[in-house]
Amino acid sequence: MADAAVLPATPAARRAPGRFWIVPPAALLALLFFYPLALIVQQAFLDDSGMANVAEFVRVLHARFFLNALINTITISVAATAGCLIVGLVLGLILAFVPFPGSGVIARLIDTFIALPTFLVTLAFTFIYGSAGMLNAGLMEVFSLQAPPVDFLYSTWGVVLAEVTVYSPFVLRPLLAAFSLVDRGQIEAASVLGARPFRIVRQVILPAAVPALIAGGSLCLLLTVNEFGIVLFIGAKGVITLPLLIYSKAIQESAYQVACIIAVINIALSLGLFGLYRFAAGRLGV
Amino acid sequence: MLVWSRSGRMLIWAAFALVFGVLFLAPLAVILLSSLADQWNGVLPSGLTFEHYTDVAQGAAWKAVKASLITGFLASALALVSGTWAALALRIQDATLARVLGVLFFIPSAVPSVSVGLGLLVAFSHPPLLLNGTIAIVMVAHFVLISAFTFGNVSAGLARLSPDFEQVASSLGARPAYRLWHVTLPLLAPYLVAAFGLSFALSMGELGATVMVYPPGWVTLPVSIFSLTDRGDVFAGAALTIILVAATLVLLLGLERLAGRQTR
Repeated sequence: MADAAVLPATPAARRAPGRFWIVPPAALLALLFFYPLALIVQQAFLDDSGMANVAEFVRVLHARFFLNALINTITISVAATAGCLIVGLVLGLILAFVPFPGSGVIARLIDTFIALPTFLVTLAFTFIYGSAGMLNAGLMEVFSLQAPPVDFLYSTWGVVLAEVTVYSPFVLRPLLAAFSLVDRGQIEAASVLGARPFRIVRQVILPAAVPALIAGGSLCLLLTVNEFGIVLFIGAKGVITLPLLIYSKAIQESAYQVACIIAVINIALSLGLFGLYRFAAGRLGV
Repeated sequence: MLVWSRSGRMLIWAAFALVFGVLFLAPLAVILLSSLADQWNGVLPSGLTFEHYTDVAQGAAWKAVKASLITGFLASALALVSGTWAALALRIQDATLARVLGVLFFIPSAVPSVSVGLGLLVAFSHPPLLLNGTIAIVMVAHFVLISAFTFGNVSAGLARLSPDFEQVASSLGARPAYRLWHVTLPLLAPYLVAAFGLSFALSMGELGATVMVYPPGWVTLPVSIFSLTDRGDVFAGAALTIILVAATLVLLLGLERLAGRQTR
């Protein structure tokens, strides 16, 4: 998008009539997206009689269910992003610098994960780590236990693990692009001179990867704050995030004003993270 | 090559295989296995069966596949037209306005999908703009959510396009409409196909906005997978998930081949 702006406009295109071509798609987006968005904000501050009322907004802000969801959302998002950065970095380093036969295919396979629905991973995890899953069945059989020993899936950590799986490709993709620009000769020279792999990674490779890590990490923060399918499918009573709270208030309780108030806060949080991502990606040229 | 010793490399590859296997391979393999599982009480299923596939085929599966494909196709087609239109029109705006509008076109991808659904419910539940309860509101929700990706893909393609062809065409006297249709759009074709494929795949897997707005009778694949697993029918849910994954992959591969043929 930033690149599109610096393209030299042809003289013919500079003529005034062309400027109005942007109106139809912009109007469509305004009607279908920005108008509903504005109504959410309006509903959040109006009571049933249509009067401006901030009391309800303040009440929701102080409510236990809201604060819990906010804390859950932020905890899950930060932990999952940290996990994505670690997994992305480790897999990226190996794929780029210790390649093996077929590593290109593997990289593309991980990339297709971006196109798959997120809840797929949660569904799979219930078969693997669930109370009647493979892992628990195996452990109970081997150690002849009475109760399933592994019990993290229906907690915050189950959501975090699922989100790490789903979103680490978003870190891996820009990282591999950044790694492909690293000068191989420099690495070979360093290692011929006796530098250990760990030192080469720290001093040569990581500095080149920082922009990609920041861009990928801020994208992960945004996507994990907005994630809905994974949390819905885990269906744990104790793990409610902001998007799930909006869904349950609006659809299950028909409490539209409360849903709109929570949505306003969720959208503000997301737009803040989107700004961070744009800033990071634009600044660092990813 | 970062690691020179053979044993070191083997160790690193083993670590890679472990992480890749646990995080990416295991979920797909387990979904496939469970969709074929007869009974599953131990480490592995007691037997294999196609029963879950025949069950879902008799049940809501075909309606769900149809709903997902039609929604995905229409929403992606509209997003492709509007995204391409917007990306092309932004090129002839002045730089500051183009930058501001470009960010606005990206914002739908940053807003949580559940809120997009909520906004549509709030905005379009009363006449004259009554969409709530119709199929159209599902299409609109999907269109809004994928429009940013289409716009982004086409913009990226336009930025990579060499301006030479267009300049040559206009210096030879081609009118703007002729140039757009015969020069710019054919050059953009691979990006258009890729953008269409990605948005179709995203639409097929969309859940957050759909559960907010879907009318009875238009249950997409993700929603019916959720209602199956929520009822405890996890094996049928797994079978339907495999159908969803297969449909998405066939679609992506087909479009990739199409894009490959166009660049040749």
